[in-house]
Amino acid sequence: MLVFNQLETYLYLALVLFAIGLYGVLARRSLIAILISVELILNAASINFMAFNRFLAPHPAVGQVITLFIMAVAAAEAAIALSIIVAVYRKLKSINIEHATELRG
Amino acid sequence: MIPGGFLSPQGIATIAFFLVVAMTLVGALIAVAARNIFHNVLGLVLSLIGVAGLFLYLNSPFVALMEILIYVGAICIAICFAIMLSEPLYLPRPPRSLTKILGAVVGSGLVFVFLFLLTKKTKWVPAAQRSTDWSVTTIGHYLLTNYALIFELVSLLLLVAMLGAIVIARGGRGSSS
Repeated sequence: MLVFNQLETYLYLALVLFAIGLYGVLARRSLIAILISVELILNAASINFMAFNRFLAPHPAVGQVITLFIMAVAAAEAAIALSIIVAVYRKLKSINIEHATELRG
Repeated sequence: MIPGGFLSPQGIATIAFFLVVAMTLVGALIAVAARNIFHNVLGLVLSLIGVAGLFLYLNSPFVALMEILIYVGAICIAICFAIMLSEPLYLPRPPRSLTKILGAVVGSGLVFVFLFLLTKKTKWVPAAQRSTDWSVTTIGHYLLTNYALIFELVSLLLLVAMLGAIVIARGGRGSSS
């Protein structure tokens, strides 16, 4: 059995990618670095969809369609997040999340 | 482990697969661990190209090309622009706090262990009847028949995101800020 023809390989790989992305979200303090980590997490989800689509699903086009939707939503999310980051920098002169405390009571 | 040795087609495919996996994981590590924010973006690019390679191994060349086109070509370039428009790179960065890194390692490690056990214990059952139609034509048919509503909703979402990005990022002349 070849290693790239097994479902588990892809699931574990996506799991490692997800854990790395989650570490980035928790540990980094720059808003842009957090956005990069979120992209990694979304890619892990995409790999899972594609793996299930390849090995389990009855219709192998459905997972690809869903992955395309994930990409579209990720593009929208990145556009909004980056414009918020630019606005925050203009207001606070910093993109460190520990300086963005205006909503604290 | 590889039938037919390293120089058979399967052997070469396996070696290429491990290269792609290494690219994905090393890129992801650079993307979260490097101090320079620009190196983070370049690591993300490496990782996303690796993911596109994985999609090729999963029989989906169209999605692999879209991955490179949308993520590498659009999102990463947009992130580069945001880096240039925000904090200058020559400013001194505050040192990393050890407790925060430790907490992040513990948190993501717990999630990793939980999902690892979940993946390990589950018995994955393939569908009883599987069609073998992987072509781009079928994806197009699905997009315009079964998933037409979601397709239109995504286009609406992109329009709203575009307008929202313009409204939020537009400062200065004539705006209230």
